[in-house]
Amino acid sequence: MGKVRGAIVVDIERCKGCGLCVVACPTDTIVLADEVNGKGYHYAKMGNPEACTGCTNCAMVCPDSCITVYRLKPEKSK
Amino acid sequence: MIDVKDIIKPENLVFKKSKLLLDTPMHYCPGCSHGVVHNLIAEVIEEMNIQSETIGVAPVGCSVLAYNYIDIDWHEAAHGRAPAVATGLKRLLPDKFVFTYQGDGDLAAIGTAETIHACNRGENITVIFINNGIYGMTGGQMAPTTLEGMVASTCPDGREHSRDGYPIKISDLVAQLPGTCYVTRQAVHTPGAVRKAKKAIRKAFENQKLKKGLSLVEVVSTCNSGWKMSPVAANDWMAENMFPFYPLGDLKDE
Repeated sequence: MGKVRGAIVVDIERCKGCGLCVVACPTDTIVLADEVNGKGYHYAKMGNPEACTGCTNCAMVCPDSCITVYRLKPEKSK
Repeated sequence: MIDVKDIIKPENLVFKKSKLLLDTPMHYCPGCSHGVVHNLIAEVIEEMNIQSETIGVAPVGCSVLAYNYIDIDWHEAAHGRAPAVATGLKRLLPDKFVFTYQGDGDLAAIGTAETIHACNRGENITVIFINNGIYGMTGGQMAPTTLEGMVASTCPDGREHSRDGYPIKISDLVAQLPGTCYVTRQAVHTPGAVRKAKKAIRKAFENQKLKKGLSLVEVVSTCNSGWKMSPVAANDWMAENMFPFYPLGDLKDE
């Protein structure tokens, strides 16, 4: 059976680096970047993209609604 | 191996911020619960397709600028007077969905009279009550909802009842009034809690359509700047200390 694959896109300039998505992520996909955005925040990013299942937990707890989530529909043959 | 670029395609989209939530960057501190509740309200209004029929009443407090973030009609109220303004709006425009969005300093302190009497009259409005236990905007002063022993800038040794009185449970108070139809206490610290809070907000809006009376949704929230904690630590502190005193769940559902 194929694993469900997902991905997130973070609106980097909107992100304030609060880290709530990092603890909400059940697969430890998200990390705070070493780099900073225009406001000086360590923004959230996928540190381990292969682990993402597109569960939307991160987007749901994000106070600034800066996460968009995509999930690949599993193929029926798998 | 599937590349991330193959996943990020419009047909695979499962979650994006509500269309009603404007692109204006929010002025709230990192990790503030206001942002989550704003998105939930925007999602509910979008799903119910009542964007042009909804009027929000913004309070005084951190969320005073709420009208910059959600793309609906707004009305600003004087400190604590949001339920009174909402009463006027709803009585003049009974077919509109009218809600107030208030913090605990606004709703539970200066606006206690307006809140209780709007509930007692059974005004057909929705009240969203953000309870973080302190006055966030003005610098973390003690509020009526501050827990006993909780540190705030005006009670640096913690709240002590012989001097400062006891914390007030507004939701429990108004649940006893016959004018309220739905009183619930929610939180937005985990994905599960966010889902439940969204259902509660949706129900509170639908009650207006059914003309059942006033619905109050209390959201127990964090103020990590005022509490002097990191956002993650504030959520843990809230779960450990706020929830025993402000237990989550429906207090009234008629």
